[in-house]
Amino acid sequence: MTQQSSSLGRDAWLRLRANRMAMLSIYLLLGIFLISLVGPWLSSYSYEQQDLDHIFQSPGKNHLFGTDNLGRDVFARTTYGGRISLAVGLLATLVSLVIGVTYGMLSGYLGGRMDAWMMRAVDVLYSLPFIIFVILLMVLFGRNFLLLFLAIGAVEWLTMARITRAQTLNLKKAEFVEAARALGYSHSRILFRHLLPNLIGPIIIYATLTVPAVMLLEAVLSFLGLGVQAPMSSWGSLIKEGAEKMDAAPWLLFFPGSFFCLTLFALNFLGDGLRDALDPKSSKD
Amino acid sequence: MVYGMPSTPNPPRIDLMGHLSIKNLEVSFHTREGTIRAVEGIELAIEPGEIVGLVGESGSGKSVTCNSILQLLPTPPARVDNGKVEWSGKDLLDYSESSIRKIRGKEISMIFQDPMSCLNPYLPVVDQVAEPLIIHKIYNPAEAKAKAVEMLMKVGVKRVKEFPLSYPHEFSGGMRQRAMIAMALITEPALLLADEPTTALDVTVQAKILTILRELCSDLGVSVLFVSHDLGLVAELADRVVVMYRGKVVEQNDTASIFKNPQHPYVKALIACRPTLENTLWRLPTVEDFMSHSAEQKPHTQKKGAHSRFLHPRKNLLVGKDLVVQFTSENGPVRAVDNVSISIGQGTTLGLVGESGSGKTTLGRALLNLVTRTSGEILFQDRLMDLGTRKSEMYFRKSMQIIFQDPYASLNPRLTIEQTLLEPMMVHQIGNSKKERLKKVIDLLEEVGLGEEHLARYPHEFSGGQRQRICVARALSTEPEFIVCDECVSAMDVSVQAQVLNLLKSLQDSRGLTYLFISHDLGVVKFMSDEITVMQNGKIVETGSAECIYNDPQTEYTKQLINSIPLANRSVNFSF
Repeated sequence: MTQQSSSLGRDAWLRLRANRMAMLSIYLLLGIFLISLVGPWLSSYSYEQQDLDHIFQSPGKNHLFGTDNLGRDVFARTTYGGRISLAVGLLATLVSLVIGVTYGMLSGYLGGRMDAWMMRAVDVLYSLPFIIFVILLMVLFGRNFLLLFLAIGAVEWLTMARITRAQTLNLKKAEFVEAARALGYSHSRILFRHLLPNLIGPIIIYATLTVPAVMLLEAVLSFLGLGVQAPMSSWGSLIKEGAEKMDAAPWLLFFPGSFFCLTLFALNFLGDGLRDALDPKSSKD
Repeated sequence: MVYGMPSTPNPPRIDLMGHLSIKNLEVSFHTREGTIRAVEGIELAIEPGEIVGLVGESGSGKSVTCNSILQLLPTPPARVDNGKVEWSGKDLLDYSESSIRKIRGKEISMIFQDPMSCLNPYLPVVDQVAEPLIIHKIYNPAEAKAKAVEMLMKVGVKRVKEFPLSYPHEFSGGMRQRAMIAMALITEPALLLADEPTTALDVTVQAKILTILRELCSDLGVSVLFVSHDLGLVAELADRVVVMYRGKVVEQNDTASIFKNPQHPYVKALIACRPTLENTLWRLPTVEDFMSHSAEQKPHTQKKGAHSRFLHPRKNLLVGKDLVVQFTSENGPVRAVDNVSISIGQGTTLGLVGESGSGKTTLGRALLNLVTRTSGEILFQDRLMDLGTRKSEMYFRKSMQIIFQDPYASLNPRLTIEQTLLEPMMVHQIGNSKKERLKKVIDLLEEVGLGEEHLARYPHEFSGGQRQRICVARALSTEPEFIVCDECVSAMDVSVQAQVLNLLKSLQDSRGLTYLFISHDLGVVKFMSDEITVMQNGKIVETGSAECIYNDPQTEYTKQLINSIPLANRSVNFSF
């Protein structure tokens, strides 16, 4: 079993390696991860250290990315914010992926009344105003960084579940699924070995769309005072501040914005590459 | 023809119109994987009023030829490298997109294969049929609509008179194809291009469509290019037959001569490899036999004595009693299978025939418990079928398998052939080690005519015939006793069909398999089966030995089924 699944993985890796854009994206992402991880330590300033004598300094020797209105080092703040944004973006996406795909696949596969009930539950959750939902969580459990992942993931999985369900409904009519039933395969085998690999395309595409959405949501929550609090930073909140002071200090917007954009570009190209790599129909070298 | 001149509905055609001549046409497809030469120098002419059949298997270039006439090929990847398509003296390939549009649907119309997807589901049928008249400014909308109703009545779509707002989904496949014909002929074109127009339809419906097509075209003096993979069908309609093979015309002659005296070995093979109702062969000749010119020595052409295989009645392997399968639809419950009892003897084949919607597929699936039956019981090897526990489910699943119609959809595209074939053995614990299973998989592949080198490939790398062989291998991987073949050769070219049928027969011989062979094609069913059951509207109409059903059908429905088979397929008794 392990050897079998590794062969699809190996094929996929070979195909992915041949995709130049995807490989470039992997290196870029690794670079961004690395900078975010070690950047705050490399910098001689801390992300919260104010220096009111040197406010709004343009990028230069002392401050690589310049300083903000309180004289804080933008490089330190951007890389520190990268930790939080990447963690929130990737973890919340992962949470939504696991819950959404499992729920959607089950709902579509079971079909009938079960499907109807499961989807009505999704509809009910959809109708809950997101902000109120988060405030409720905060009130109940206190302000907690982990809760942020949970809250965002708990909202984002709904769309993922719907997409997965629709695809599953289509796919389960395919004759190879019926053949699998005729061969006596168990439900979990059919679900995870025969349906899931064929759903991977739309799942990956949607996941790459979820990451930026989640990062922006985090910024909204921070703005409302529910997420990351100053002096802590995240890309979302930095971009927000930067956009307000765009005329006076464009670097406040430029640096966190560039990091954010590069990450999204890289994720999109990587997502496309992964989708193609996992599809045996794409040409084999 | 000027807009708003209804007083002359049939303006006289300009002389010399309607002569099509394709000269040295060469078309190639340029893809990342390389260049494929689809059509290599075709010569084809159609005189006004003539019906020409263009025959060939999939990939022979017949549809490409047909589509290139009206510049309907996707370019890129397709490219016309050479040649001319002369229509009324002018080369259609030189026309610009806007000027060819004046030809399309007015002078030359087209009918496509799939009537289900050719009509726009959001527009009433009448409006769609009237549209060509409005677009080509022959009539104003109101008159065009009246004309469309008239035309639809002519092709037998009576419904529009009562319900002028009928939408395509309210029509059956046959009715939709009639509407397509009406749409194609409403502008009174000089030439009709029909690309496999009846392939997706039942035989009885096909017979009706052909009749309408023949009558209307001779009434209106329309010449027809009829593209099909079925030589027998083309013979029903065409004055002249052109046979294509691998991008080239291998033979063209008038219909009678081609059947009486085919010259090219491929054409001989096409005529011979289709199971007919009159010959009873043990094995079908294949194209390879003919192409290698060694057909004469093959022993398989010996006629099989009727049922010489079974001197004594066999023990029943599978018995279904009073089976009912009921679905709920918007209009209340529908009985797809209505009180059906059947029994299949060990090592025999039961053929199940009927039109689409007759419940034959549902019955096959109910026997395998892929569809839940509403009532009735199934005995397999004298054991009451009950999938209540996992253990008993595994027992029945292991011994009963199914082969589906569409070999493209019935293999998981993400698994290699090795994984596809190993998995059932792993689940059913056949073989003790991976090595032993792999050995079995390779044996299986060789048994179905493939080899070890195919193990690491994915399904999309195979042709339809090869995929069906893989499906057969997968069905055999659990070492079953009973296999349901659900229209398993219906989507195939006759030459591939012959190979798969031969494979199934030889497997039955070597492994003692029992088949339930479901098909709408009586010829194929008769070739495969010892006994035949005819179904209609969920009920069994008639059951009997294969010979009896054909020679002495008891019911009107069976007679109608037999009579719907194109004449050439019924009566050609080709000896070689």
